[in-house]
Amino acid sequence: MNSNSNEMVKPSSSSSELELDLDRPNLEDYLPSGSSIQEPRGKLRLRDLLDISPTLTEAAGAIIDDSFTRCFKSNSPEPWNWNVYLFPIWCCGVVIRYFILFPVRVLILTIGWIIFLSSYIPVHFLLKGHDKLRKKIERSLVELICSFFVASWTGVVKYHGPRPSIRPKQVFVANHTSMIDFIILEQMTAFAVIMQKHPGWVGLLQSTILESVGCIWFNRSEAKDREIVAKKLRDHVQGAENNPLLIFPEGTCVNNHYTVMFKKGAFELGCTVCPVAIKYNKIFVDAFWNSRKQSFTMHLLQLMTSWAVVCDVWYLEPQNIKPGETAIEFAERVRDIISVRAGLKKVPWDGYLKYSRPSPKHREQKQQSFSESMLRRLEEK
Amino acid sequence: MGNTSSMLTQYDIEEVQEHCNHTFSQQEIVSLYQRFCQLDRNGGGFISAEEFLSVPEFAVNPLSQRLLRMLDGLNFKEFVAFLSAFSPRATLQQKVEFIFKVYDSDGNGKVTFSDMLEVLRDLSGQFISEQQREQVLTHVLEEAGYTKNSLLGLSDFMKILGNNGLKMEVEVPVD
Repeated sequence: MNSNSNEMVKPSSSSSELELDLDRPNLEDYLPSGSSIQEPRGKLRLRDLLDISPTLTEAAGAIIDDSFTRCFKSNSPEPWNWNVYLFPIWCCGVVIRYFILFPVRVLILTIGWIIFLSSYIPVHFLLKGHDKLRKKIERSLVELICSFFVASWTGVVKYHGPRPSIRPKQVFVANHTSMIDFIILEQMTAFAVIMQKHPGWVGLLQSTILESVGCIWFNRSEAKDREIVAKKLRDHVQGAENNPLLIFPEGTCVNNHYTVMFKKGAFELGCTVCPVAIKYNKIFVDAFWNSRKQSFTMHLLQLMTSWAVVCDVWYLEPQNIKPGETAIEFAERVRDIISVRAGLKKVPWDGYLKYSRPSPKHREQKQQSFSESMLRRLEEK
Repeated sequence: MGNTSSMLTQYDIEEVQEHCNHTFSQQEIVSLYQRFCQLDRNGGGFISAEEFLSVPEFAVNPLSQRLLRMLDGLNFKEFVAFLSAFSPRATLQQKVEFIFKVYDSDGNGKVTFSDMLEVLRDLSGQFISEQQREQVLTHVLEEAGYTKNSLLGLSDFMKILGNNGLKMEVEVPVD
């Protein structure tokens, strides 16, 4: 994950600049064919120089529709209360969801927290000497509170494939839709997760409770966080007793229809990579957390007032880096596996572009091929 | 939240269609309106340069900075009018006019040598020297019967670009 804060910071040295470079696959490989640089033949004439229509068409195409924005579009639910007969039924549903289900769920969650805290605090402070036992109990307790969370949105989760076990030198990578991904995976296995540091109550949980299962926090915008996290990661995967490591290599929440580029950090640890595919069924609620539009609390409330959160989780075949394969190619291969399983479309963009502008490199590539083509044609007679 | 497109009445759509010479169908305008609202993040009723640049595919375009001069702060009607040149229903004249406007940065109806050189600079960046760019441009201009000092008008552009099967079409996704 050492490449995670790449985009936010000015590369301070040439080595990190190189890394920035490597972190991006060649954009031209992905962009739809018919991009501005075709292979025109023949002698260069004035009209060839003045005809900027291909580049303009590309620009207009991006304004009208672009694959990046599509990744982060929340889909509003299809309204079905559109006639006199359905409307009363829908109203009943609202009453049930908000006035029966929601209070019951709040109650469940409260009970969960009471049980969790009343056992966690004594365990954490009283079993100081018995690290192994303490870790084991804390692990189960974190799994427990996550189960309560899942119950609080009536999570109907189907797990496919073998349940992960604790062993060194393996790392789990999953596609990322919402922070609830983590909760859903955590209720089965206490993963140690790498996540963006959040403000508010989530941040408090992160720095107190989740730290005990070995979770590692970082800040996207901090350059030095990157190195610290990278080191922590390497240390973590070596420990046989540590909880399995879970990384969301997209680095940001995507709407579960697309996958954005995987950061290579998880793929250069020299570990076995176990892909996990998560697909949400949007029949009742859209599980995509659009952090621009709503806080995590609002997102949870939305889930808690819906009928249910339905999702499938696939633990897929572990993958190893092939001889001669770069970390980026490996990351792309794993992304393929996850995308196919979860039925997601791949886009060539770095999810961090939500927070920053694309590097000028992409533009320079276009300029370079334009120049080369122009010069070549100039020489033709 | 509701569906934003429902906020467009038939009058609105017709007005916009009028404004863009009926280059887009009503459904396409509804789609474009949804897209407009999506790009207009802060909901001000216009799209700023910053908001346009948040689309990476646009930001990496060599002509994006130049186009932003035409795009910055467009309201919906102007937004559709801007895109109308890319409609399959737009005439060749409209398309060439659009290209001409991209070149004619000061809007005086004449494209100078330096106007053309600037666009060429956007397209080729640092990969060709300034001197070489000037040479190439002078060369092709002279071949086509112009000189370095010629001022090209819209009719010249029509003559140059009008008959080489200009392909400048973007499909508006309609659901």
